[in-house]
Amino acid sequence: MTSDATETDRIAAPVPGPAPLRRLVQMRETGLILIILALFVAMTFASPYFLTWVNIRAMVMAFAVEGIVVVGMTVLLISGGIDLSVGSVTALAMVIAGLLFLAGIDPWVASAISIVACAGIGMVMGIFVTRVGLHHFIVSLAVMVIARGLCLLGTGGRPLGLYTLPEEFKFIGQGAIGPIPVVIVIFLVVVLVFDFLLRRTTMFRKVVYTGSNERAAAYSGIRTRRVIFATTTLCSALCGVAGIIFMARFGSAQPTFGVGMELNVIAAAVIGGASLSGGQGTIFGAILGAALLSVISSSLALLDVSVYWQDIIRGSILLAAVTIDLYLTRKRR
Amino acid sequence: MTPDVLLRVHGLSKSFGPVQALRDASFDLRRGEIHAVAGENGAGKSTLMNIIDGILQPDAGTIEIDGKPVRITSPTVAQKLGIGFLHQEIALCPDVSIAENIFMATTSASRRFLMNYRELKEKARRMFGRLSTIDPETLVRDLSISQQQLVEIAKALTLDCRILILDEPTASLTEAEAQVLFGIMHRLSARGISQIYISHRMAEIFEHCDRVSVFRDGRSIMTRSIAETSPSEVVNAMVGRVLDRLYPEKLAPEERSDQVILSVRNLSERRRFRNISFDLRKGEILGIAGLIGAGRSEIVKGICRLEGEVTGEVVLDGRPLSLCSYRDSVRAGLVYLSEDRKGDGVFLDLPIAANVSALRVEQVATRLGLIDPRREAGQARALGARLNLKCGSVADSASSLSGGNQQKVALAKLLSVTPRVIFLDEPTRGVDVGAKSEIHRILRQLARDGVGIVVISSELPELIGLCDRLIVVHEGELMGEVPAERMTEQTVMHLASGLRSQEEFA
Repeated sequence: MTSDATETDRIAAPVPGPAPLRRLVQMRETGLILIILALFVAMTFASPYFLTWVNIRAMVMAFAVEGIVVVGMTVLLISGGIDLSVGSVTALAMVIAGLLFLAGIDPWVASAISIVACAGIGMVMGIFVTRVGLHHFIVSLAVMVIARGLCLLGTGGRPLGLYTLPEEFKFIGQGAIGPIPVVIVIFLVVVLVFDFLLRRTTMFRKVVYTGSNERAAAYSGIRTRRVIFATTTLCSALCGVAGIIFMARFGSAQPTFGVGMELNVIAAAVIGGASLSGGQGTIFGAILGAALLSVISSSLALLDVSVYWQDIIRGSILLAAVTIDLYLTRKRR
Repeated sequence: MTPDVLLRVHGLSKSFGPVQALRDASFDLRRGEIHAVAGENGAGKSTLMNIIDGILQPDAGTIEIDGKPVRITSPTVAQKLGIGFLHQEIALCPDVSIAENIFMATTSASRRFLMNYRELKEKARRMFGRLSTIDPETLVRDLSISQQQLVEIAKALTLDCRILILDEPTASLTEAEAQVLFGIMHRLSARGISQIYISHRMAEIFEHCDRVSVFRDGRSIMTRSIAETSPSEVVNAMVGRVLDRLYPEKLAPEERSDQVILSVRNLSERRRFRNISFDLRKGEILGIAGLIGAGRSEIVKGICRLEGEVTGEVVLDGRPLSLCSYRDSVRAGLVYLSEDRKGDGVFLDLPIAANVSALRVEQVATRLGLIDPRREAGQARALGARLNLKCGSVADSASSLSGGNQQKVALAKLLSVTPRVIFLDEPTRGVDVGAKSEIHRILRQLARDGVGIVVISSELPELIGLCDRLIVVHEGELMGEVPAERMTEQTVMHLASGLRSQEEFA
């Protein structure tokens, strides 16, 4: 198939590259924005409650914190990896910070220690992947179970009530700057920073090279194992950050939080254009994927669709998105 | 209609988007003949073969077998019609034995529930024994590329086919293995099996085929009986113009310099090569000859620290190098062009510009480590122009290019760091005739500009035509050196097959 396509286009050598407008149309992000807008229009007619500030804020809040994990997952997927442990590691971040706080440590210090611990989990996974040579899937599957076990062990399975958290700490999860919740501000900053880094820095370009073709990257002098180690660590560290924000928001640490989160996060990244085989994806796209999932959940809830149906619909949307993508990329090659 | 025509294709057209891959192409295949199909990459050969094998559907045109029109809607239909396709790319299951691979298709077609391993082994021994002495119970992952190719051939032969399409089957075979294959092809032809033989190699076409058809720009240009044509007529028809010279001018004796750019001393790697010593002089193109598996690539990769635990000395411009990784090697100015372009040479999904910048992205970035897209595109355009790269925009993905142009992208990547020495491993493999001679000219120009050029090639005529000096390796040992004056296929093959003779040590 490929050899054929490459064979044919020598004849077409003088065909000019797509015009900027065509390129814009072909971009995944454009399609997602259109779908989200279409949903907005339809839902505005279907439910008077949909297009209200309260609902929109709720929709953004629903994926903002998870969105930070989506960022880490997208970078990891681009480098060719995957992480199933994000949900349990996020919960573990809450539990570690919560336990340390209850032991009398300053909440900010406790949070920092917790984030470092999560990064450490990522490093361990990175070592198993790059040095031992195991697959990301298996390593993170094991860590998913281990981290969940640690959560339950640390808390005895019960949520930790952190009623004495200082107000200024709870501010990061519950406060607002003007009309905009702090959570959303943090989320936007993380997204903008990583989107920029990924598009423009040499450091992140090496991530793209590694995921696109690991051997070719190695043959370009890139230390691919180091890259994969770094992206694995980054993803877990961002889970730590998300866990802390969740803790500040709920005022508690919940050992069973985030079950099934990995599916949402991976689905968002993939709907947003990340490829499970690496080398492709953007932060912006992944966030749009997360937004789409959130808008759909909210719409279904407003339309009184049963929660069980929501899961079925979400799964179907993921399948549809990936299928459509396969056709589009096949045509482009 | 001639009665002995088995397959007739008439007025076939096929386009992919704006690209017309086949225009009104016609082709006929007689019973029992070996029919060579030649043409540059992009000429439409593969499209035609994929249509005959049912992988692609034509936009217009007819296919007849035995005078009856047929519609070949899928490879399964093609198989039922007796069409077998030996693809260039190897598609075997690495974790099972040769025997199971050979009978994969028959197994899937059989209605029996249980595998009959004894019968399978017995049949495989008989089938594969004709091709090679390798035990058919060996796992495919333990075979070399050329041995895997033999398994592919055996696999195609198990299907009862009347028409066998062979897509450059000898590209990865040694001379001896290729001879075995030709023997089999002639036997098949005597049994009345028609074969379509795709190849770039004129010598093979003229020695073993009955007729030849040439394609260019999606059209069938000519079909001739081998007796009525000549290699130069075929090449000219392929290229569409008269090629004045196949290879660029070599260094004249007075142009040769004694200045050594790179000198390698006693390079060894535990199992793969021992005590390799040679010099690369300024202005020359040095070739490394040897059979597949002799250790040619391993030596070069060892010098660049791409793989292996290497001992020995590498001196560049009089300064001994201590390299630990390929990064060090690139920094020192030694770069390597991979033999496996699609596997590890280019990033197919990424834009051309990102491919060119990959070796040192920092070059197109600001001091803060931010990539400047304009500088990146500018670099790609400048190097692309220098190498005569044909592409729409440098923002297009590398997969949109032909093999020859992809190779130029890989070369542009190496040139982006202004290297001192470039090691090229099979630089023209899978590249069409026109681009091939262009790449040769580029290499010659680079050598004249003072860049050290070392070329590995399995095509002996290429090495002989291009290089000023050859070193020959056999089973990991340096057998000798051949200067331009004494370069003949015999001298080189003599050394490559392990026959050391005193006089070759100049």
